[in-house]
Amino acid sequence: MICEKLKSTLQSLFPAIEPVPTPAPPPEDEQGAKTKTPTPPRENGLMERDYSIHGYHLDAQVSTAQLVEAVTILDDAEFFLESITGVDWIADNQLEVVYDFCRYDFDLCRVVIRTRVDRKAPVVPTITGVYAGANWHERETHDFFGIKFSGHPHLIPLLLPEDADFHPLLKDFKA
Amino acid sequence: MNSPIVLQPDETFILNVGPQHPATHGVLRVKMEMNGEYIVNAETVIGYIHRMHEKMGELKTYPQFLMNLSRMDYLGALGYSHGHVLLIEKASGIVVPERAEYIRAIMVELNRIASHLFWFGAFVMDLGGFSPLMYALQDREHILDMLEAVTGSRLTYCYFRFGGLYNDVDDDFISAARRFIPRMRKSLAKYHKLVTGNIIFRKRLEGIAPLSKEMCRKYGASSAVARGSGINFDVRKNEPYSVYPEFDFDVPVYHEGDSLARYMVRMAEIEQSLRIVEQGLDKLPGGPIMPEKKPKIIKPPAGDYYQAVETARGSFGVRLVSDGGKNPYRLKLRSPTYSNMHLFDEACRGMMIMDALAFMGSLDLVIPEIDR
Repeated sequence: MICEKLKSTLQSLFPAIEPVPTPAPPPEDEQGAKTKTPTPPRENGLMERDYSIHGYHLDAQVSTAQLVEAVTILDDAEFFLESITGVDWIADNQLEVVYDFCRYDFDLCRVVIRTRVDRKAPVVPTITGVYAGANWHERETHDFFGIKFSGHPHLIPLLLPEDADFHPLLKDFKA
Repeated sequence: MNSPIVLQPDETFILNVGPQHPATHGVLRVKMEMNGEYIVNAETVIGYIHRMHEKMGELKTYPQFLMNLSRMDYLGALGYSHGHVLLIEKASGIVVPERAEYIRAIMVELNRIASHLFWFGAFVMDLGGFSPLMYALQDREHILDMLEAVTGSRLTYCYFRFGGLYNDVDDDFISAARRFIPRMRKSLAKYHKLVTGNIIFRKRLEGIAPLSKEMCRKYGASSAVARGSGINFDVRKNEPYSVYPEFDFDVPVYHEGDSLARYMVRMAEIEQSLRIVEQGLDKLPGGPIMPEKKPKIIKPPAGDYYQAVETARGSFGVRLVSDGGKNPYRLKLRSPTYSNMHLFDEACRGMMIMDALAFMGSLDLVIPEIDR
């Protein structure tokens, strides 16, 4: 129920694009060579995922300008913030910030909000104004990926040493 | 010469609690701005024992990373391994034999009881009572002995494998577990008699550090922290995994939101875990503990995967971004205490320091699990 309602609300963020029913299966060859062939980065939009395989229901990729709006929609629907993390897509020259949401409810709905930024200038608006608990998660993502959260009240290293200027989870990081 | 020091009424000072201090449950530092005994502001500083498990996850293959999970939380390690193996099994489509799933559930619940027992002892010691810790450790020894006989280690288990288990349980384990259940129930009654009704204990906790539902949601709190505030959320019930739908157990929820409510939730959880272990032993099916067909090299197909489990400390999540290779492209570990601890800064404002330390104890912190 919640998922259906949320789907239509989130869909309003993407007026131009039609909803994608199920994603095409990712290219894979069984025991062959690694499929590292770069597929083009995903377009912004909402996707439904198979919960029994992927473990979440809705997957929305938004632009950085839409991020706070999308998160506010989830806040209004009483979701709680599970985690924030980054992914370094070095082949696409992009960094991705992933937000996981779930509800304290038996009507299960897991939602992933993701946004992609340029690897050279990774700036994402903070969502600490919506979710106070995003504070540490964003600091951690800044530690590991060097992603700047504009408007964050206290963006200093959390898990790394206080003078750390390296970002260990970037794929071109050499210790 | 001896000019008296005039204290301004609004004069505050900074108090460093930790990083190594008996009050802080591990290597944790809290910078507290104090006005006398009252906390004006607090900032939690973590990361002293950060080990970059997520980077290790990227550098190691899936089976190599198995043992890292139990190094995160040294009290309830099996729950974390459970989440990881479930995720990889789901992603690569490995079917787990029923017997293995039942044994996993029994082991995780025993581990949860052991973790809660240690928390119980440590928490009461925070409040000045020493003997409950000794009693709790005595009970915990029984569990650790049982787990050691089966898994081979006492704390940092590496017992679960993709598709099954490292070792089957024997009759000795089953009879020991059956003996343990009534013993633990008796001890639990003893703890309630010894501690729960104690007037000093209650005065230190009742009405102290109330957490609202809204605050829990904004910070993503789970486990007894959320359930003590009236949120009926337990991953085992809300998002059933493994064989938990087969068991009949309740999720204890208290609505007061104070430190006592969090204490009561965990004590009730020990009871519920005992019920699960009992039913698991009754229902334990025969058969193999590893699947017949299993890929030689674990290579989940490219894509995103998420798996949440209820550990002793709350909702633990593993997020995997796979590119179809032998190593994860990205492995995120969402640790529950990280979110539970985060709300401390905001919640402890205006509190007396001794109440704040009792509140910190009621959060059930395990620092390596926050720092990862």
